[in-house]
Amino acid sequence: MKKRRLATLWLDGCSGCHMSLLDTDERLLDLAAQVDMVFSPLADIKEFPEQVDVVCIEGAVSSAEDEARLHRARRHSKLLIAMGDCAVTGNIPAMRNVHGADAMLRSVYLEREPLQAQIPGTNLPPLRDKSLPLHHFVHVDLFIPGCPPAADTLFTALNGLLTGTADLRLDTRFGA
Amino acid sequence: MSDTILTLTIDGQPVSGLATETILQIARENKIDIPTLCYLEGLSAVGSCRLCMVEIEGSPKLHPACVTLIQEGMVVTTQTERLQGYRRNIVQLLFAERNHVCSVCVSNGHCELQELAHKLGVDHIAFPGCYPELEVDASHRRFVLDHNRCVLCTRCVRVCAEIEGAHTWDVKNRGMRSRIVADLDTPWGDSATCTGCGKCVHVCPTGALSEKGKSVAEMLKKRPSLPYLVANRTEERQ
Repeated sequence: MKKRRLATLWLDGCSGCHMSLLDTDERLLDLAAQVDMVFSPLADIKEFPEQVDVVCIEGAVSSAEDEARLHRARRHSKLLIAMGDCAVTGNIPAMRNVHGADAMLRSVYLEREPLQAQIPGTNLPPLRDKSLPLHHFVHVDLFIPGCPPAADTLFTALNGLLTGTADLRLDTRFGA
Repeated sequence: MSDTILTLTIDGQPVSGLATETILQIARENKIDIPTLCYLEGLSAVGSCRLCMVEIEGSPKLHPACVTLIQEGMVVTTQTERLQGYRRNIVQLLFAERNHVCSVCVSNGHCELQELAHKLGVDHIAFPGCYPELEVDASHRRFVLDHNRCVLCTRCVRVCAEIEGAHTWDVKNRGMRSRIVADLDTPWGDSATCTGCGKCVHVCPTGALSEKGKSVAEMLKKRPSLPYLVANRTEERQ
């Protein structure tokens, strides 16, 4: 059987969802037998490739760069999975949506009397005022809520998609 | 009249009850699950959350099961695709209206809104979030009111007025601008009427009311046995 091409993408999130994916432990071997990992923060590949079967995306969309990467992933992938609460609801990054990016940066980096008061900006994509979930920009094929989704949940979802299980009943929810 | 037994059908199941009982009561007695949020046994029913809407044969309208009395020969349906769709929309609108961030909430894992979303299969929020700027009132010595998590079910208002008899809580403004207020809109800590009993905290379905010092997922609520309290008091008065 031809191996499926799997990608994972890390936008504005804490990498906890990727950690949860790694927490599938020895079942990673079962997954590895079924897929080629063609793009991921866990692999040293610079450009999102042309033809991808499944992409799991962690994190919310917080900058123009995030949005561009999301659109590229959507264009080149058959199935797009919103992995975890930041990708699904905005979650932690979206908590700044109430006051905007500037107010948040000033509060964190300037107003707490740090040793070197400065807002990090050099070579970083500027933050937008609102951090938003993936489905505000592209069609999402599967939502996996959870902060992070349990390793079991991620394995069930990926294994189900790869083996063509029609009814994916994922036992997960916002927050857990 | 009140002890006449009426018979009706709920989801194809023949059931019976008294004319003073609601569709919700009879459904629960017969283990038929109708989702609710503002309803709490022992408090007056206000029918405001609209999650318990059901279809009644012969009526073009939907009816809130918690405030609709049963009638002889009623044919009630509680689980159609249309009803489930409305229920999913209601839950999504509640999430979109204020800042519910389950992952960092004191009630994570013990929240009725979070559980409703899970049960109804709400896996994302289709509506754009409002992200309103809302206050957290931590002026009370023992409790916190976080408006970000409030769904305006008014359980706190009712338990305080009907069970504790203090009527500290009320609602100001209308629609999306509605807010729970203590007394005549004072900080909770300055309230002259609050007895500090904590019943409001424990009937609150979300993390809007919590005990001070509780961190993420630590706020376990102990629902006071309201029907028991009410029954005991009724006996005393007689």
